[in-house]
Amino acid sequence: MPQPQNQPTSLPTPTRPPQIVVIGNGMVGHRLVEQLQTQAGAVAPQQTPQITVICEESRLAYDRVHLSSHFDDPAPDLALATAEGYEQGGVRVVYGQAEAVDTAQKTIQVNDQTLSYDALVFATGSFPFVPPIAGRDAPGCFVYRTLDDLEQIRDAARNARSGVVIGGGLLGLEAAGALQKLGLTTHVVEFAPQLMPAQLDAEGGQTLRRTIEDMGIGVHVGKSTSEVTLDDSGRVSGLAFADGSALEADLVVFSAGIRPRDDLARASGLALGERGGIVIDDTCQTSAPGVYAVGECALHGGRIYGLVAPGYSMAKVAAASILHGLGLGNAPATFTGADLSTKLKLLGVEVGSFGDAKGVTEGCRTVSLSDNVRGTYSKLVLSADGLRMLGGLLVGDTARYNDLLDLALFGTPLTVPPETLIVPPLPGGAVLPAITNALICSCENVRADAVCNAIGEGARDIKALKSCTGAGTGCGGCVPSLHGLLQGELRRLGETVSNHLCEHFAYSRQELFNLIRVRGHRAWDGVLAAHGSGLGCEVCKPAVGSVLASLHNEYVLKPQHAPLQDTNDAFLANIQKNGTYSVMPRVPGGEITADSLIAIGEVARNFGMYCKITGGQRIDLLGAQRDDLPAIWAELIAAGFESGHAYGKSLRTIKSCVGSTWCRYGVQDSTGLAIRLELRYRGLRSPHKLKSGVSGCTRECAEARSKDFGIIATEAGWNLYVGGNGGVTPRHALLLAEGLDEQTLTRTIDRYLMFYVRTADRLQRTSAWLEGLEGGLDYLRAVIMDDSLGLCADLDAAMDQHVGSYEDEWAAALADPATPARFRTFVNADTRDTGLQWVEERGQLRPAFAHEMTQGLTPLPMAGGDD
Amino acid sequence: MTLNLNPHSSPPLPSWQRVCSLADILPGLGVCALVDGRQIAVFHVAGQVYAVSNRDPFTGADVISRGLTGSYRDREAKERPKVASPLLKHAFDLETGQSLDHADMTLPTYPARVQEGEVWIGLVD
Repeated sequence: MPQPQNQPTSLPTPTRPPQIVVIGNGMVGHRLVEQLQTQAGAVAPQQTPQITVICEESRLAYDRVHLSSHFDDPAPDLALATAEGYEQGGVRVVYGQAEAVDTAQKTIQVNDQTLSYDALVFATGSFPFVPPIAGRDAPGCFVYRTLDDLEQIRDAARNARSGVVIGGGLLGLEAAGALQKLGLTTHVVEFAPQLMPAQLDAEGGQTLRRTIEDMGIGVHVGKSTSEVTLDDSGRVSGLAFADGSALEADLVVFSAGIRPRDDLARASGLALGERGGIVIDDTCQTSAPGVYAVGECALHGGRIYGLVAPGYSMAKVAAASILHGLGLGNAPATFTGADLSTKLKLLGVEVGSFGDAKGVTEGCRTVSLSDNVRGTYSKLVLSADGLRMLGGLLVGDTARYNDLLDLALFGTPLTVPPETLIVPPLPGGAVLPAITNALICSCENVRADAVCNAIGEGARDIKALKSCTGAGTGCGGCVPSLHGLLQGELRRLGETVSNHLCEHFAYSRQELFNLIRVRGHRAWDGVLAAHGSGLGCEVCKPAVGSVLASLHNEYVLKPQHAPLQDTNDAFLANIQKNGTYSVMPRVPGGEITADSLIAIGEVARNFGMYCKITGGQRIDLLGAQRDDLPAIWAELIAAGFESGHAYGKSLRTIKSCVGSTWCRYGVQDSTGLAIRLELRYRGLRSPHKLKSGVSGCTRECAEARSKDFGIIATEAGWNLYVGGNGGVTPRHALLLAEGLDEQTLTRTIDRYLMFYVRTADRLQRTSAWLEGLEGGLDYLRAVIMDDSLGLCADLDAAMDQHVGSYEDEWAAALADPATPARFRTFVNADTRDTGLQWVEERGQLRPAFAHEMTQGLTPLPMAGGDD
Repeated sequence: MTLNLNPHSSPPLPSWQRVCSLADILPGLGVCALVDGRQIAVFHVAGQVYAVSNRDPFTGADVISRGLTGSYRDREAKERPKVASPLLKHAFDLETGQSLDHADMTLPTYPARVQEGEVWIGLVD
């Protein structure tokens, strides 16, 4: 109630506040109200315009884009505007249908009122187009536009079993989703030969079709509906098509396009387009002064925009124009057309279309990736020279939509092979090239310049960037871009940060891994020619060798692979400080028979080798000259041993305790599991060495938590820990999952290892890799246990391929006729290396130290295998 | 025929010894030849052969022939051949023997040539 003492401050002003009337309260109409309120914020209170909204529906603005979610249980609140909100903002709402606008008198009739306006806005939207076919008005026929339409459909669905949507475009598919949510057998009929013909090409339409059909929705493309068939009672019974075929359905929903609602504007004498639509200029003003139009009823540049984003742009421009026209604002903004790029989710399928998505530019080229396994299709449209992106399509996965859209809009020359832009993203992976002020984070609307400023002001990592820009704090999808931008900017600032493998390859190991995988390279020469420069070096050659081995698992000493191998892999043994090698046969799980122990002892004695038990439960034989290695291995293989891969960046050992087999505390057979796992992962080439342990109870005698993957038995199953190591920076492994059965455990380790193999940097242990993984353990869990990237089938297949193609490298080496020549000490002499000097200590031979050699000790020849 | 005379080697003329066939050295790899009691690492890189001492001056071990070969860019951005010791990965210019890690370390180099598919090493002293 007004208080008398308030009167002095609210004296009547000589002029009434300006009156703005908005016809229509759809999404764009509501946005216009918000924009008017926001933009008028700086206006003196007495001049604040009075906004009146004419609302035809019984409810205020709601989210029409997500209409089908109205059938979800629970149904989300789609309301965008509330009566309370409008009231608090001083917005008056008149429910009813606007009639008779007098543009000369500046009045409008609604119900029985006459409203005066200083500015009038048509935000009347559109109505669904219903093709003129017989039966279209019969009971059982509906349109799909308003919540009231949906309520009617829901009522009808109670007595129906099947429904058909006429129209396979964006809205039609939304409608189909709605019918399916109502439990109806659902069909979609499209006149064009594919789904979403306005946005997608044929392949994209096909990908979408497959996915939608997999959901149980019938898709009928290339069908011209000739009539809605009726039963005896005059109710809908189905559709008849021009080709003579028919489809039974209990209800029909028309969703075959929209038409602008311009009838009132026409009656008011406003200029309309030939095929409808209220003509507006760049300020959103119609042919009548002070009258504006926004959204789907407006025709700008001969075009009607049926998407919400251009409507919102118009609302912003119209608000500025209106306030300017009322003398309340600065220079008006202009609407000069909108990009029709769009990203949306239809029936749960992500679809994105941007720029010249269909490749209509003359001479354009395309790169596409159609993945029937993941149900994704990506296409990039490139300029004739292949250097710039013009547009593209994404079906099934739109994670990179914003980045690609920006590349297309800015037309920045591509600095990476375009196909790398549509390979499924991996964390920390291939990053789009930095472009002028690209949109980095679409959730928080952070652009590159803001990120660069933050870096310039001292932010040096993702965490700092997140806290000072907000980027990456939403969905997190932009974190890889953020990472790339950080690296690029630090380089620009002269700080040496590079994840390039070496001077010969301007790619990280992960990027190179993807290139090699996607391009199908099988040898070094092809990789170097396609992606590198110079002759390579001691860094990139073993890295590429390791990637090729991870992917194809071929014998590493094939002539095309041998020059890539570090000396350990080249001689399948570990080089020691005097140039001799150590030999370590596999002892799976550390379990070994007496006969095997004796056999190892005999080999060591025959070749005069120094013996030591290692921390990984193996027996290391040291001091072998390389020309003895084949003979040593011939004896070991004859005794039943195989390569232990102690020399490789590969699985080394899986250590175990005796577990429930012997130990009074053990709850599971840790030794048995360790052996099975070691035999599964043996020979797996990886970015760094891999170690593991299996403990039979929580006492953890196998020290599993200091391993890259460690398994600890509980009575409920196996607990899996990942990312541990000893070494310079000891790390305890973290609990990834608990209570697993062996099958689940094995699959989880499969994926963990393959994901690491594919995405880690060169010589990056699992602990550092895990720390660098944005989202850490939760992210890893999502990827390998919940399949959040859709990668699991691929990772599983890769591991199966590894397991299936394993062969003992030493057996292969002994079968290789090139081996004797390769292992000779001298290419031109059969003599042995005479430069080696040995000292006896505690009953064994060890290399002489430098001071011992200067004392002139007599070189002790190795006891040879050549006698 | 491929001939690359080491610019640091000086007259008198070397006495040449055949050490192996070029086919005995896989492209990109090296072998060790025993020539007059000396261990000489012989590499076959990008169509050329190079001969350097097999002893790694940083560790004293005879291992250079087992190093990975490759290239690096010198100050004039010219791509030059190199080899990295397998022990501690110290790298050397294959032509000059110059260490790329320490200015005052070098590998002795030897003239090498290929004639009718055979690799010859020249010794000067």
